[in-house]
Amino acid sequence: MASFVHTVGNQVYRFDSLKEVMAKASPARSGDFLAGVAASSDGERVAAQMALADIPLSHFLSEALIPYEEDEVTRLIIDSHDAQAFAPVGHLTVGGLRDWLLGDEADEHSLRALAPGLTPEMAAAVSKIMRVQDLVLVAQKIRVITRFRGTMGLRGRLSTRLQPNHPTDEPAGIAASILDGLLLGNGDAMIGINPATDSTSSICELLKMLDAIIQRYEIPTQACVLTHVTTSIEAINRGVPLDLVFQSIAGTEAANAGFGINLEVLREGYEAGLSLNRGTLGQNLMYFETGQGSALSADAHHGVDQQTCESRAYAVARHFKPFLVNTVVGFIGPEYLYNGKQIIRAGLEDHFCGKLLGVPMGCDICYTNHAEADQDDMDTLLTLLGVAGINFIMGIPGSDDIMLNYQTTSFHDALYARQTLGLKPGPEFEAWLARTGIFTQADGRVRFGDNLPPAFRQALAQLA
Amino acid sequence: MDNRTPSTDSPWLALRTLTPARIALGRAGTSLPTGAQLDFQFAHAQARDAVHLPFDHAALSSELAERKRDSLLLRSAASDRDQYLQRPDLGRRLHEESAQALRDHAQANPGGMDVAIVIADGLSALAVHRHALPFLARLEEQSASDGWRFAPVALVEQGRVAVADEIGQLLGARMTVMLIGERPGLSSPDSLGVYFTYGPRVGLTDAYRNCISNVRLEGLSYGMAAHRLLYLMREACRRQLSGVKLKDEAGIQTLEEEDSNGRGGNFLLGER
Repeated sequence: MASFVHTVGNQVYRFDSLKEVMAKASPARSGDFLAGVAASSDGERVAAQMALADIPLSHFLSEALIPYEEDEVTRLIIDSHDAQAFAPVGHLTVGGLRDWLLGDEADEHSLRALAPGLTPEMAAAVSKIMRVQDLVLVAQKIRVITRFRGTMGLRGRLSTRLQPNHPTDEPAGIAASILDGLLLGNGDAMIGINPATDSTSSICELLKMLDAIIQRYEIPTQACVLTHVTTSIEAINRGVPLDLVFQSIAGTEAANAGFGINLEVLREGYEAGLSLNRGTLGQNLMYFETGQGSALSADAHHGVDQQTCESRAYAVARHFKPFLVNTVVGFIGPEYLYNGKQIIRAGLEDHFCGKLLGVPMGCDICYTNHAEADQDDMDTLLTLLGVAGINFIMGIPGSDDIMLNYQTTSFHDALYARQTLGLKPGPEFEAWLARTGIFTQADGRVRFGDNLPPAFRQALAQLA
Repeated sequence: MDNRTPSTDSPWLALRTLTPARIALGRAGTSLPTGAQLDFQFAHAQARDAVHLPFDHAALSSELAERKRDSLLLRSAASDRDQYLQRPDLGRRLHEESAQALRDHAQANPGGMDVAIVIADGLSALAVHRHALPFLARLEEQSASDGWRFAPVALVEQGRVAVADEIGQLLGARMTVMLIGERPGLSSPDSLGVYFTYGPRVGLTDAYRNCISNVRLEGLSYGMAAHRLLYLMREACRRQLSGVKLKDEAGIQTLEEEDSNGRGGNFLLGER
């Protein structure tokens, strides 16, 4: 194992491994302090960043942060590394990669070609020496486009997952939130429910309901019930209509074991989803959720900092050609990301690293009530991610998830991003919104229809 | 004063009766109208206050005593709320004095136990104050015929879910049921979580647990939660495991039976 020495003035800093340089170079956050891997001072942190900037990218192919023999995620990363794709930057250091990414050679085309040549550790490393504006600027060059019943990730587009959660999974309550969201133009990424219970029979009923709504109103979107992948497989075996296969994933084999999964189980879920052949435009059908701190919370981080662990989760994700990946950035709580500043930085890092690795990233721009964060912080992150070209965000009624007990972006928040940044929903959904008369968008401005769409007016009339 | 405002009321206000979610808020341009905006801010302020409410274990203990139930007052290794919030590892372990108290108890009461009930403040002592004992009463009532031996109720200050593993192990319990305050939501500062583990021991991951969440008056009822938990406990005893491999099949009736508008499903899928 290499050791790294960096001298600033007359001060000598010594780091015993790549893992240590990476952890100490990470911008400060509570989770790395909790794990005991953070730099002990601001000076040591910047010295670690300087040391990291000097490390050749090729070194990352010879020093694994988590041993190859012990971890199937490491094996996946090493075994699937594309040396040819790596060649254009293979001679560079981490610092050199940052400069290259900011320069003209790095454009949408070259970055797409580069993705399979980068390991998640390289992406994490370069992110640690980038400022917020660098993370935004480089991510904005990248497009990761995926398709199922709608198209995600096109330039100038921002999609939303309509998240109609209900504390007891009551169908009418879920339907009310769905309609609220649709009438505010949300839901093109998916209509995705976090069920209150993981009972297989309840999951199946929810899936049938979502399928019936999507078919009845001919909505060009996809349905998802966020249950364990083995439950989705069971639902498929029972003949239930299922669009997207969900799973929470992390960046180490041990953390994934904590979720009750491994690569083989994910493969089975992916193949079960493919067997239904339900995508009309494409067959990207996995939906993954991630978040910094998940490996540490499962005591499965191997001394690797939480942002690098998170980046490794994207290597797991990209292996299964996902429809969307969502970093649920502020959900995990203040022991991993303490305040608004840490949440904002982490959201931008995750989006950048994911995109750089070729993953269709979205972000659950969120916080909990025990974190030092508020709506102003979320507005800031939403604006930054909107500029950075994020594929999708959440949309829920009034920012208040009444089942999961946290705050994320609202239906109104998405409209704010549309108005200020001129971002439209996916093209199929945009056409549906226009066709039904919900709203049209020109020069960024959202213009609502004068009347409720007839089909929905009829549904509402049943309540009178 | 002119009562008209420059905001647009929602044309689908009728949906409000179907869900506690913040739907049909109307809009000012495309943004939240002032009223809805300030309602949210107040709810957030209340939730923040709930996180810091102290755990009134003395009240729980005396109420249990009235029901002829013994309790043990324990604390985690986290010394105060601030440390608890930033060091979950300490909240998952017992303070050494508490661990010793349990060892002493187990020595004085040999032979093991079937069920250890653990009640911890978690992120909302409010939830535990309101719901832990009523839920427990339903559970004990519905499990009377199972003949299980219950350990004294463990009350844990600054506790997290996994602290129940250590408690169950030290008490020699076959199963633990943890009742803990979930993180407060804006409209639910008092949501109780129920975690079940068969064969508790230090070091188990969440994959070995089953969770029933959102137990509160406006959420999952005590009766339904107890019904689900008992299903899990009986199945766990039969199959000698809990967690991912033990699916909760007891919820079959929720979607069919809990139909609030009485039109067989929901209004989006009614007759045309």
